[in-house]
Amino acid sequence: MKPFMKTGLYALLLLTLPFFTDFAFGKTWVRILDFALLYVMLALGLNIVVGFAGLLDLGYVAFFAVGAYLYALLASPHFGLHLPFWLLLPMGAFAAGIFGMLLGAPTLRLRGDYLAIVTLGFGEIIRIFLNNLNAPYDITGGPQGIDLIDPVSLGQFSLNHSVYGYYFLFLFLALGTAFVSTRLQHSRIGRAWVAIREDEIAAEAMGINTRNVKLMAFAMGASFGGLSGGLFAGFEGFVSPESFSLTESIMILCMVVLGGMGHVRGVIFGSVLLSILPEALRYVGPAQQSVFGKIYVDPSSLRMLLFGLALILVMLLRPAGLWPSPERRRELAAQGETARHENTNVYDAARD
Amino acid sequence: MLLEIENVSKHFGGLAALTDVSLSIMKGEIYALIGPNGAGKTTLFNVITGIYRPDSGNFRLEGMEMAGKKPSMMAKSGISRTFQNIRLFSNMTAMENVMVGRHCRTKSGLLGAIFGSRETRSEEKSVREKARHLLDYVGIEQHAQRLAKNLSYGDQRRLEIARALATEPRLLALDEPAAGMNHSETDSLRNLLETIRRDGTTLLLIEHDVKLVMGLCDRLSVLHFGKKIAEGTPSEIAGNPQVVEAYLGAP
Repeated sequence: MKPFMKTGLYALLLLTLPFFTDFAFGKTWVRILDFALLYVMLALGLNIVVGFAGLLDLGYVAFFAVGAYLYALLASPHFGLHLPFWLLLPMGAFAAGIFGMLLGAPTLRLRGDYLAIVTLGFGEIIRIFLNNLNAPYDITGGPQGIDLIDPVSLGQFSLNHSVYGYYFLFLFLALGTAFVSTRLQHSRIGRAWVAIREDEIAAEAMGINTRNVKLMAFAMGASFGGLSGGLFAGFEGFVSPESFSLTESIMILCMVVLGGMGHVRGVIFGSVLLSILPEALRYVGPAQQSVFGKIYVDPSSLRMLLFGLALILVMLLRPAGLWPSPERRRELAAQGETARHENTNVYDAARD
Repeated sequence: MLLEIENVSKHFGGLAALTDVSLSIMKGEIYALIGPNGAGKTTLFNVITGIYRPDSGNFRLEGMEMAGKKPSMMAKSGISRTFQNIRLFSNMTAMENVMVGRHCRTKSGLLGAIFGSRETRSEEKSVREKARHLLDYVGIEQHAQRLAKNLSYGDQRRLEIARALATEPRLLALDEPAAGMNHSETDSLRNLLETIRRDGTTLLLIEHDVKLVMGLCDRLSVLHFGKKIAEGTPSEIAGNPQVVEAYLGAP
C-alpha cells in the first residue's frame, strides 16, 4: 500500500471512530476514548523523561494536577475568573514546565531508585498541598475540589453539547504531542537525552551539559502533563486532589513501560490499551451472568486482578514492551543471533 | 605548546594518586603515559578531562587555564577522550554515537527541532555527513546502523575514537586504546592513530603495549606511584635504569 493511502486510511479511521463507537457501544465509550487520548498525551510526556532521558519519575501526575488546577482556578466561579481555554492550555503547559524544572533542579545528581523516591515525594507534596490549601484562605477548595469549571468552548459553541467535540480536540492535541515527541527524538537534544540515559559520564565527556539537558527533559515532559491537565479540567468540569494520586502516576508509567519505553508509537499503543482494558473488563460480570446465569466473581474486584496479571505476563514475555522500537527489536534479535553463533562455536569446539 | 601541566596533585583520602606531576605536550605530537597499574595514569587523564578537580596545580590548553572545569567544558575547549572500559551509548547505533559527539559543536535547540527550522535541518544534515565521514575515517562505515553494543570489541574501540573525533578535539586523549586487541587489530590501530596525527590532532595515550608505545609515540612520561620518574623519547626511556626497574623489567 502506498504511504499516502495508509495515512488516509488511518485518518479516516480516527475521524469516524467516535461515531462508530457511539453507534456500537454508546456514549460512555466515546468518553472512554476521550480519556484514552488524554492518557496518550500524558504517557508521551512521561516518555520524554523516562523513555528518552532515562530519569525514573514516579510523581508525574503532579504536573497533570498543576495544569488541571490552573485551568480550574482561572475558569470557574471559584475566583470568578473565566479566562478562555486557548490561553489557559498553554499557560498550564508552561506552569507545569516550570514545576518540572523545580523538581529537576534539586534532583540532578540522583539516578534510578533515589530519583524515583524523590519524585514520588514531590508528587505527594503537590497532592497534599492541593488537599490542604483551603484554610485560612481557600485557594484550592481542599478535598472538595473545584466545581463548575467552564467547559472548553469555541466562541459560543461549548464542547459539552456534543460528545464528539472533545474527541476531536483531544485527537488533534494528542497527534500534536506525538508529532513533537517524534521530532524531538530525532533531534540534537533528543540524542543528548538518550546519551544521558545510556551513559551519563560519557555524555558529559562528549560536551553535553547534562544539567541543562536534563532540565529540558523535565520541563518538556511536564509541559505535556500540564497541557493534558488543563484539558482534563475542562472536560470533567470538576477537579479534586483524589484524581492525582500515586496510583495515577504508576498507571501512566505502566503505559510507557508496557507499550515500549522510548518508542512513541509503542507508548501510544500502551496508553490506549491500558486505558481501555480496565473498562472492557467491566463486561466480565455481565458476561458471566449470561453464560452461567450467575455472577461468580465480582468484576469490580476481578478487574484489577486481571489487569495485574496482564501486566505481569507482558513483562515476562515481552520485556522490551509490546511494541518496542525497531532498533530495540533488532538488538534483541541480534543477541539471539550471537548466542546461536556462540553455541555453534562451542558445539564445534566440543566436536574437535 | 598545546598542553602544559604544572605540579598537579590529587589525593584520595590518604592515597596520593598524583604528586606534583608536570609535563607538556607539543602541538602535533603523539605523547604517551606509561607506568605500572595504579601509577596514576588514569587519574591524570581524569584531571585533564575534568572528571576530577586537582587538589593543587594547574594545567593550560594553549595558554587557557583549564583546571577545575567541568567535563563538558573540557570537550568544548578541545580535549576529548576515550575510556579504558569502553563507554559507548550501547543502545544507540554507531552513527548516532558519533552524532552525539557533534553535540558541543552544534547549537539547535528544542524549538528548532519541533518546528523543523531551516537552520536545524541543515545543521542536522551536516551532522549526519560529518558522522558518516568519521565512521568511514576509522573504518567502520559498514556498521553505521548497528547498535554500538553489537559491534566487535575492536570496532567499539574505533567507534569511541570516531565519537571523540566528532567533537573536533585539539587534544585527543586515549585511555588504553589497544587493550584487549589482537596483533593485527593493534597494527591497524597504530595506522589509524598515525593518520589522526598526520591530519593535525595531537594525541595523548595511556598504553600498556610497550611495543606499540615505543614504535608510535614521539615522547613519553613514566609514572610510578603518582610521580613522574622519567620523560623523554622512546629510546631514552628504554635506556633509563629507573624505568627499567619500575616498569619495563630487565631485558
